[in-house]
Amino acid sequence: MAAEEGKVDPMKQFTIEPLFGSEWQLADGINIAFTNSALWMAITAILVTIFVAGGMKREVVPGRWQMAVESMTGFIDDLLEANVGKAGRKYVPYIFTLFMFILFGNLLGLVPVGLIPNVHAFTFTSHFTVTGVLAIMSFSIVLIVGFVRHGFHFFSLFVPAGTPLPMVFFIAPIEFISFMVRPFSLALRLFVAMMAGHVLLKVLASFVIAGGAGGPALGAAVGVPSFILMVAISALEILVAGIQAYVFALLTSLYINDAENLH
Amino acid sequence: MDATAAALLGAGLAAIGAGLAALGVGNVFASFLEGALRNPGAADGQQGRLFIGFAAAELLGLLAFVIAVLLIFR
Repeated sequence: MAAEEGKVDPMKQFTIEPLFGSEWQLADGINIAFTNSALWMAITAILVTIFVAGGMKREVVPGRWQMAVESMTGFIDDLLEANVGKAGRKYVPYIFTLFMFILFGNLLGLVPVGLIPNVHAFTFTSHFTVTGVLAIMSFSIVLIVGFVRHGFHFFSLFVPAGTPLPMVFFIAPIEFISFMVRPFSLALRLFVAMMAGHVLLKVLASFVIAGGAGGPALGAAVGVPSFILMVAISALEILVAGIQAYVFALLTSLYINDAENLH
Repeated sequence: MDATAAALLGAGLAAIGAGLAALGVGNVFASFLEGALRNPGAADGQQGRLFIGFAAAELLGLLAFVIAVLLIFR
């Protein structure tokens, strides 16, 4: 519907296309083709591995690369120490992996590889399926840790300490809903933030193209300001990519804190 | 008014929600900066809470965007 008027379809960039293996079937009707989404996830995983492996030389006097990796792990370590406490140390590998995967995925989607013909950048974090799986993983860890550590006492999460008895019947359902909404809000936040930014960039790009095609006057009045705005929004998107990865890691660590220490 | 026009109007109205979320996010950072300038020593320790507030305020604007998208591509 929105694509009919303009030449640039801002939603085209989110199309998932199989690259090879379209005929692979896991079971009846479940296709496991290698898509562009899977390709960019694989690229992200390889880049994160290279980045971390390059800094694991364990030299006494760290070089620049080792400092970069150590500042990242130290950042996540501090995050968990501050939000969960001493018990948070064992979650550093998971939160670090999550943070780096989302951060690299967000940033790789902004790399202008579209300049090379027939290469299209793809931001896999702009898909609810991907962020949904990440959120379900975080939520499962919270549930498993909570029930293993506290047993059925974990349900006291829904009744904050010191609640008067008549209020329990109101507080408990609200707390339960706010608990169950967590994986959705976690996944939705990342996916919408990434998608909105990329849609905005493509809409502005269509303004530049349409303004330039409309002659010099329209190009100067619409095309040039739109292009300047695009550059500024791109800078903002790099900031948002970092913030959203940080917020995902931060909220996951907060939820883990609930499971570790209850209220 | 046919259903498509009503849906597009609703998508436009959802933009109000995005604007209100902008107010909310601005409020979060403005309050943080105000507090941080009064007591710079305590500012670094509160950055986690700053981003929790930011995330909570931002989510509602993103939900407005989701509503708009659902209405346009329904």
